[in-house]
Amino acid sequence: MEKIIEFKNVSFKYSDEEFDVINDLTIDFYEGQFTCVLGHNGSGKSTMAKLINAINYPTSGKVTSFGFDTSNEENEIRIRQNVGMVFQNPDNQIVATIVEDDVAFGPENLGVPPEEIRKRVDEALKIVDMYDYRLHEPHKLSGGQKQRVAIAGAIAMQTKCIVLDEPTAMLDPKGRKEVMSALMRLKSELGMTIILVTHFMDEAVNADRVVVMNDGVVQFDGTPSEVFSHTEDLKKIGLSVPKPLELALELKKEGYDLGTKILTEDAFLEAFRSLI
Amino acid sequence: MVKDITIGQFFPGNSFIHKLDARAKILSCFVLIIFIFLCKNFASMGLMCFLICFVYALTRLSPKLMAKSLKPLVPIIILTSVLQLYYNNTGDVLWSYKKITITDGGIYTAIFIVVRIVALLVISSVLTYTTAPTDLTDAIEKLLSPLKIFKVDIHTFAMMMTIALRFIPTLIDEIDRIMSAQKARGADFESGNLLKRIKALFPIFIPLIISSFKRAFELADAMSCRCYVGGKGRTRMRKMSFSYRDAIAGVITVVICGAIIFMNFQFEALI
Repeated sequence: MEKIIEFKNVSFKYSDEEFDVINDLTIDFYEGQFTCVLGHNGSGKSTMAKLINAINYPTSGKVTSFGFDTSNEENEIRIRQNVGMVFQNPDNQIVATIVEDDVAFGPENLGVPPEEIRKRVDEALKIVDMYDYRLHEPHKLSGGQKQRVAIAGAIAMQTKCIVLDEPTAMLDPKGRKEVMSALMRLKSELGMTIILVTHFMDEAVNADRVVVMNDGVVQFDGTPSEVFSHTEDLKKIGLSVPKPLELALELKKEGYDLGTKILTEDAFLEAFRSLI
Repeated sequence: MVKDITIGQFFPGNSFIHKLDARAKILSCFVLIIFIFLCKNFASMGLMCFLICFVYALTRLSPKLMAKSLKPLVPIIILTSVLQLYYNNTGDVLWSYKKITITDGGIYTAIFIVVRIVALLVISSVLTYTTAPTDLTDAIEKLLSPLKIFKVDIHTFAMMMTIALRFIPTLIDEIDRIMSAQKARGADFESGNLLKRIKALFPIFIPLIISSFKRAFELADAMSCRCYVGGKGRTRMRKMSFSYRDAIAGVITVVICGAIIFMNFQFEALI
């Protein structure tokens, strides 16, 4: 798989803070992968997301997105054309007063011809399942719907990669489910590279790769079942494991071994049925 | 409470007026507003009122809606007309008691002022009720674009308006939320004298301003992430186009304005 984002010995410090939020971080992200970045508050996961598309610049080290050095201001537009970003608060990233105008905002900025924008906007809204709401006013939508509009806004720019910074943190369970299934469609239908920053463990189970951050460094990096096998270590840094796995591990203590690769409810049920 | 404001709201519809190009609507609205002030006698004012009522009927919006937005202005209208009656002492004296003198000139001015205020409100409401905010700002951007020769940054101005309109409902929700939070802590907004009530508003507006700044910074990040660098090289998805309807509206506006000028010359000016 092709390397698209590259962190090389990156450190980052906010000007008003003493400690490095990101501490000598070296990590790569690959094309077409769904990567989930986990970590508790203050672990540096959001800061890392903002380093990818040049909102933050590294204090030392080098971040390369799609071959462009993010520290060079001239590259900003080219990087952002390739890397879309969705933020936590759905209200603070919608610009226009009508859904389809908001989705059109990105392509309009890029100077895409009107007919082409129309086409892209319709396609983007269909993928996130918001086409029926294209003429609605954003403030009348639910949180999950607003986030899907924000995702559509990134797709309409035809970015190759989308970075989501805790997009579900302010949503109810229904909204979270909607956003997650929209992301799964992005992956399966468009083959997009997705980097999802979150603190919900159950959102990580469908990822190709899970990265656990702690104190500005990568603690674990691997497939979901690899990473979640470190149950005790994860608990030490303030993270839990997905609920089905936790239950399976509890059962194991009681002598009912379901294995340690149970991440979803379905997998749990299947293993449980075969056991009894 | 704050959610009752209808001024500036948009009510989607499918009428002739709704379908007019926003630029045509703004221009004819502007011309009509000027001519409301040029109506000097009952004939021309009557014609203007007829036109405005006709236009409002064309929008197919309920007259109740208009009445509702006029209601808060009734005290202002009454106050100004009473002041006119009292201060304007031109023309024949009709009635006099001690220092109060009422003249026919005063009565005419009072009537004209009331009719003008109402007419102004109705015609500008027709514009905002029937035009989507996006169309409105796009049209303003287009109409003001000749100012670009004077180095006026029209695009930024239009973008500011769009964002302001976009955030009005968000901030109204926020005010409601902050009010509830302060009430839960025992704040009292409903009793006390005027000064006390004004003071009670500070705990609402200070958090509101702080959170607005936070929103502004986040929105700026989100906008620059979507490659926003100002108006240069920007295209628009929506294209505006004039149609036969706009020609009809333009002709009607011109004809009525001509008729008003004619009537002003034909009949005696009352004010």
